[in-house]
Amino acid sequence: MQKEIIIAGFGGQGVLFAGQVVAYAAMDAGKAVTWIPSYGPEMRGGTANCTVVIADEEIGSPLVQHPLLAVALNLPSFDKYEQMLATGGTLIVNQSMVDRGAKRMDIHTILVPCNEIAEEIGDKKLTNMVAVGALLSSLTELSIKDVEKALEGHLPARHKHLLPKNFEALRRGYEHAQKELDKVPA
Amino acid sequence: MAKELWKGNEAIAEAAVRAGLQAYFGYPITPQTEILEYLSRRMPELGRAFVQAESELGAINMVYGAACAGVRVMSTSSSPGVSLMMEGLSYIAGTEVPAVLVNVMRGGPGLGNIAPSQADYNQAVHGGGHGDYPRIVLAPASVQEAIDMMGLSFDLAEKYRMISMMILDGSVGQMMEPAEMPEMKPIVERNWDWATNGALNRERRILSSIYIEPAAEEVANLRLANRWKEVQANEVRYKEYFLDDAEIVVVGFGTAGRVSLSAVRAARAQGIKVGLLRPITVSPFPYEVIDQLTGQAKAFLVVEMNMGQMLSDVRLAVRGRVPVEFHGRPGGMVPFPDEILHEVQRVNGANLSVQTDPIDGWLARMAEVK
Repeated sequence: MQKEIIIAGFGGQGVLFAGQVVAYAAMDAGKAVTWIPSYGPEMRGGTANCTVVIADEEIGSPLVQHPLLAVALNLPSFDKYEQMLATGGTLIVNQSMVDRGAKRMDIHTILVPCNEIAEEIGDKKLTNMVAVGALLSSLTELSIKDVEKALEGHLPARHKHLLPKNFEALRRGYEHAQKELDKVPA
Repeated sequence: MAKELWKGNEAIAEAAVRAGLQAYFGYPITPQTEILEYLSRRMPELGRAFVQAESELGAINMVYGAACAGVRVMSTSSSPGVSLMMEGLSYIAGTEVPAVLVNVMRGGPGLGNIAPSQADYNQAVHGGGHGDYPRIVLAPASVQEAIDMMGLSFDLAEKYRMISMMILDGSVGQMMEPAEMPEMKPIVERNWDWATNGALNRERRILSSIYIEPAAEEVANLRLANRWKEVQANEVRYKEYFLDDAEIVVVGFGTAGRVSLSAVRAARAQGIKVGLLRPITVSPFPYEVIDQLTGQAKAFLVVEMNMGQMLSDVRLAVRGRVPVEFHGRPGGMVPFPDEILHEVQRVNGANLSVQTDPIDGWLARMAEVK
């Protein structure tokens, strides 16, 4: 088994942390995992992305040209990764930040209003966790419980009071994506 | 100890601390700055020496001084910064004192960029500072390997009174992977019989790289040459993947090696008999295993993130007996597994000659890159 995930968005949307949370969960579940950020000048204010690879054996390339899974938190990322996704892959799109629907029909595109859901929970900073929840609907190797445990285990102590809202964000994202997936004819 | 998710650069810093690093001197440069940043906090916390020098020149000469005093010392930098250190490195080599240097390589030449690169292979392995001197060069491909090689670097540098370098590309420095740290080793006062660490109640010692008499310099050079034969005999390290029945042998170090592993697995799934040799010591280079593999291989494919530097060492080992092909991405580009798979398929299907220069074919295939 190998799954590749790219998480992309504007700097400040918590893209890198979202990837780290997935990586921690994968590590704690006993998988091999790599997390690699784009660390170019773009990290200073522009778009940011990271690639997470999860596997059962020693991981070769930490980067992939055509990932199976991607999360696009803004329009530039939607435009870019919709083209790059592997056929049959799944793209989670933050509907709050895009003004169009899917172009490719050979991939699953799941639109999730991450900003709105985060705001309903009461903190816009939870956008990334809503997206991670949505991602988990298509990343069956990891459960919401795995990610919750990762957050509990690796979130700095000063942020621990935020755990319940993070858990809610994960669950709401997951449920929304699951509903979208159920609409897709088998 | 349990596995933790470590960022390459921070893992290198902590591994050096646990290996008994007593003094660190450096200067910030992307993509290695996290090493310096981490140690700026960690070293004072342990009462050990940390100096952010005024420049790379300052840093390497502070390393030289501490090395002469016989303590575990290192510096880290990235390509342009390492170039600035070359004079100091030559003096360290000429004085035959142990020192560790990490180069988190980035795209060049010149100011280049901060993307991952392997373009300093020749500088590390074959060149660098002036004069005739060997040095040990390790090339980790993962965070765990970088951790494991940190302690090894100090041990080898001291065992052979030689520079031990670790070269990795920026992506290994920036990547996070689960890894296990070794236990914290206590600082050991080694009291080397050559160290200039205070001549109280003993004869004064002098360390220098000056041999005014050419005949004496020749003796010193030959001493280094003979010591290098020992290193070559004892310290070659590499990792093999799927080589047992391989007819095509891919050779790649560091990130180019691990990206090749993905391609080799994909090619195996298509029934192509291909394997991977990933040198871990690029100096001493694993000539012998490549020599042996030449007996079973119909072709080699060297993959690097440069314009073909290790390629020369592979060709030296193969000695024209079978074709050696090349695929490289220079300038800060990282190859994807798909393009290496494509190369493996090409080499598998092609009727190759040992008479052609592999660089010609590579440049022709790269013509579409504008």
